[in-house]
Amino acid sequence: MSRESENGGNDGWVAGARPATATSGVAQNPFFEYLLRLADDRLVLGHRLSEWCGHAPILEEDIALANIALDLIGQASMLLKLAGEVEGKGRNEDALAYFRDAIEFRNAQLVELPNGDFAVTIVRQFLFDAWDVLVLERLTAASNQALAGIAAKALKEATYHLRHTAEWVRMLGDGTAESRARAQRALDDLWPYTAELFLGDAIDAEALASGSGVDVESLRSRWRQTVDQVLEDATLTVPKDGFAPRGGRVGRHTEHLGRMLADMQSLARAHPGAAW
Amino acid sequence: MVTIADSRREEILAWLEEVKDPEVPVLSIRELGVLRDVEVSADEVVVVMTPTYSGCPAMHAMEADVVTTLARHGVPNVRVKTVYAPAWTTDWMSDEAKAKLAAYGIAPPARLQPDDLVPLRRRAPVECPYCHSVNTIVRSEFGSTACKAILFCNGCHQPFELFKSI
Repeated sequence: MSRESENGGNDGWVAGARPATATSGVAQNPFFEYLLRLADDRLVLGHRLSEWCGHAPILEEDIALANIALDLIGQASMLLKLAGEVEGKGRNEDALAYFRDAIEFRNAQLVELPNGDFAVTIVRQFLFDAWDVLVLERLTAASNQALAGIAAKALKEATYHLRHTAEWVRMLGDGTAESRARAQRALDDLWPYTAELFLGDAIDAEALASGSGVDVESLRSRWRQTVDQVLEDATLTVPKDGFAPRGGRVGRHTEHLGRMLADMQSLARAHPGAAW
Repeated sequence: MVTIADSRREEILAWLEEVKDPEVPVLSIRELGVLRDVEVSADEVVVVMTPTYSGCPAMHAMEADVVTTLARHGVPNVRVKTVYAPAWTTDWMSDEAKAKLAAYGIAPPARLQPDDLVPLRRRAPVECPYCHSVNTIVRSEFGSTACKAILFCNGCHQPFELFKSI
């Protein structure tokens, strides 16, 4: 990425998205930045899911959500470790997870939103999983061998998650009047945030050009095929595209991320270097 | 020709048979497919391992067990190297290992089929490890560990675990 765009020019950025004003210099290393995006989606969503532990409506789902959280956090850990090596400044996965502030996180806003009710959590997970399998499928062919290896491993897990969440979307949508209403409301509320998943910028373009990226815009039609099919089975209505918040990829987040991080990072920050 | 390093490697592999999956104690880490290789050099022994699932917490226990087990046999400089590729698959499990799982009450993983990575595919019928009925249903896609699902047998009315195929 060029110095102009880092300092506020708008070349290479999608319309409507301004570059971050404080990126701690991370944009100087585009592949590091790219890996953070992949890792932070997983870290933040994994932490959100872990908040359900002990609170899910039934025991099986408590276990399921915790298992999915574990997979996502495990994937984040591998990706952050790799990101730290690519950055070359001696930061390991824990330093990157616990000692960056919200403005340095690169996850899409969709994954940082509060869990809401069970329908919100499941619909969000389904929308993410359907996107995630497509991204990981492409990344298995990444020229960076470490990234390709992580993607091949994560793809197996993501495929399993998608089957589970798609099944739940069908059950909630084609269930009782109450579960259907909640699933539809969740879908309507979350839909705008899915747009960001398909927005590429200069960082994505550079990763793609180097052979280790994904043309996220090209994934949209296949994502819609999966999503439309499951929503039809679930008797849910696909919302109209319109309002499309964005900015997570360049460090602009909703108010919710900072609060989540305060919870997630407090122990590591209170006891730096602690091991157990 | 068998070199000294080769025989040392065989010896270490035999000792590592003592290291079991803490959650599935009938399988050694070799049978589970987590132990990939042992590299013997003059100053250290490198044990190459790959995780089952990305976030499997039992991995740390297995890595620690590798080091303590080899230390007990007098091998001091042991380093565990983690590799992610090729990605772990239940297809590495031998028929003998699968039989051990079934005897332990866990339905073994089926051999992966070409469409197993196709999203939203339905699961093939699973045989109950107790009464061998295939009249079984999935109770939960996720179980007590990352590698297992919970099923129920309508034949003998028993819940049982399935080692997921991935």
